[in-house]
Amino acid sequence: MYQIALKMLLANRGKYLGMVLSLAFTSLIMTQQPAVFASILTRTYGLIDDIAIADIWVMDPQAQSVDESKAMPDTRLSLVRSVSGVEWAVPLHKGQLKARLPDGNTVGCGLIGVDDVSLIGAPGDMKSGSMADLRMSDAVVVDAEGAAKRLAVQVDGGMRPLAVGDGLEVNDHHAVVVGVANATPTFQSQPMLYTTYSRVKLFNKSERKLMSFVLVKAQKGQDHRRLAARIASETGLTALTADDFRARTLRHFIKRTAIIMHFGTTILMSFCIGAVVTGLMFHNFTQDALRHFGVLKAMGTDDRTLLLMILSQALLVAGTGFGIGVGMAMIMGNLPGDPMGMRLSPTILLVGGGAVLSITLVSAALSIRQVLRLEPAIVFKQ
Amino acid sequence: MTNTDMRPRLGAVALSPAPEGGADPAVVCAGLRKRYGEGATAVHALRGVDLTVQRGELLMLVGPSGCGKTTLISVMAGILDPTEGSCRILGQDMTALAPRPRAAFRARNIGFVFQAYNLNPALTAAENVSVPLRICGAPVREAMRKAEAALDMVGLGDKVESAPGDLSGGQQQRVAIARALVHEPQLIVCDEPTSALDHANGQRVMELLRRVGTVDGRALVIVTHDARIFDFADRIAELDDGRVTRVGTPGALAGAGHGATDPGPAPDGEDMPAVAPCAGPVDAAGGAMADAPHGGNGCRPSAARP
Ligand SMILES: Nc1ncnc2c1ncn2[C@@H]1O[C@H](COP(=O)(O)OP(=O)(O)O)[C@@H](O)[C@H]1O
Ligand SMILES: [Mg+2]
Repeated sequence: MYQIALKMLLANRGKYLGMVLSLAFTSLIMTQQPAVFASILTRTYGLIDDIAIADIWVMDPQAQSVDESKAMPDTRLSLVRSVSGVEWAVPLHKGQLKARLPDGNTVGCGLIGVDDVSLIGAPGDMKSGSMADLRMSDAVVVDAEGAAKRLAVQVDGGMRPLAVGDGLEVNDHHAVVVGVANATPTFQSQPMLYTTYSRVKLFNKSERKLMSFVLVKAQKGQDHRRLAARIASETGLTALTADDFRARTLRHFIKRTAIIMHFGTTILMSFCIGAVVTGLMFHNFTQDALRHFGVLKAMGTDDRTLLLMILSQALLVAGTGFGIGVGMAMIMGNLPGDPMGMRLSPTILLVGGGAVLSITLVSAALSIRQVLRLEPAIVFKQ
Repeated sequence: MTNTDMRPRLGAVALSPAPEGGADPAVVCAGLRKRYGEGATAVHALRGVDLTVQRGELLMLVGPSGCGKTTLISVMAGILDPTEGSCRILGQDMTALAPRPRAAFRARNIGFVFQAYNLNPALTAAENVSVPLRICGAPVREAMRKAEAALDMVGLGDKVESAPGDLSGGQQQRVAIARALVHEPQLIVCDEPTSALDHANGQRVMELLRRVGTVDGRALVIVTHDARIFDFADRIAELDDGRVTRVGTPGALAGAGHGATDPGPAPDGEDMPAVAPCAGPVDAAGGAMADAPHGGNGCRPSAARP
């Protein structure tokens, strides 16, 4: 009987394709958009993920997120180091500057200044050159994406990525590229420069406060939350575990931007359009086939079988539509260079699948009601 | 439905097996009344019908439009509940069955033929014919094999793969007949099977129904107002305004009257001389007409009375 049900569905090619396409569209939007959203969110706290070695982040109480810090004077570093339970604490500068390229162009860059001795805070994955070379004079490391795009150098016959050995001018200081690192792209997709904390001071002679964060490693056996609370109470600064800081950054980002609204509206609209179009078409399809369901009913098909027949039709529509939609989303997510920046996680697929399934189940339920209410005696009506 | 048993599961209610042999009627209707709607707008489609269909008999239900033929055959097929009275089909009281066992009973025992064929356009001829077997849970391959044999029997062995839309009306009705017969039901009900066909095709369909419809004690009930096919009937029951006004052989009803014999069985004393005020000249001739037990004035519009 299911075979008959599916043949009935496939025979109505127009409605079948209409339902499949509308669900495919819905599935695409409902997986692709959250995937882009997820990717954007992870970028907001990319730096926290990159510096996984730090257990606790200490910052000025006015700092809102990893992107909106407020610099502290260097004296705070020793305060943090003196708190019991702290294994080590290092300074981290996070700021902006303008870099002048060899070809004369000026580009705004992000700047990370890491502890001179340990280089904690610098990306570990080098594409070329060496992070240790940061200890050479005037040395900076650039991120690979920035080097290839915004920092690309004009040469005769086109552009080439900024490379080891190239010179830059940073706030009227000469700097030399000693390495290219693979770092997590930031939300602003700004080129990033990495150098030592003392060189940051050199680049910003007029600034008195340059320490954005103090990165803390807890001693073995220390509870991170409790240590963070202790640091906060003893120094008057804000101290958060990496997890808490990530959550705060995310919350701040969501609160400050209307991003949830934008994505939410798009997703909700695609859900509604998919639901309405699919629901109407499925209802129409059943309406068209009502006489044949009536004939089956008169000939002795019981309600349970009719219900399962309609359900199998709905599931075929849902499966094909979702498959096509997710397939398209996956193709988009795997375009060379990942221009979309998508994170198609299993959770997103599950939620998207659930949404599509709920649309089809509700549509099927309406159709099932139609068919179950049907008087078999209609078969003798002309 | 995957069990190999061709017979449907009948649910909680055990059915007494339909008795074999000519002695037990296929359908017994007693005091059937059917009212559609309530109050002032209520329509009394059946006003007390007593009618018996014997096994091996071809009974036609005839009468003017709106007199209740379709309602009566719907009750006789177990797809409509009467408001009052009872209908025993193959020994089974329909009103005693819950919906599920009743559906299973229909699947197993009743074949349907419709005026509009009602073939499923999404399926081939053979697939259409296989539907009753599949409803009964037959495996697809076996159902298809039997369906092809049934199509062969109605002379459409070469149309197995055809879509209903590619067949002529007469061919479609023969497919529908194959579908009504494929599961070897004991009762076949047809509503206006020839109304959509021209004379030649109508004759052909009736010859087919006559040949295969009443073998092995199978009963055949046909609603029609196509006078050209009356002669195929064993008996004809004439309805008017929700009542059976006359029951008799085609010859008797045709007005020949004199000496007409009723070869059909005469249970329940139905074949009694008639007194039917609105009937035609046959009554005046005093032929072998059957009396309607609740015979009354059949001329009044049915909807106007309580
Ligand atoms: N579902 C229904 N609701 C209301 N009235 C109905 C319904 N079905 C039939 N009727 C009425 O019942 C009467 C008998 O109808 P029907 O059995 O179809 O007659 P026939 O088949 O002889 O033309 C008619 O007056 C018709 O209008
Ligand atoms: Mg009718």
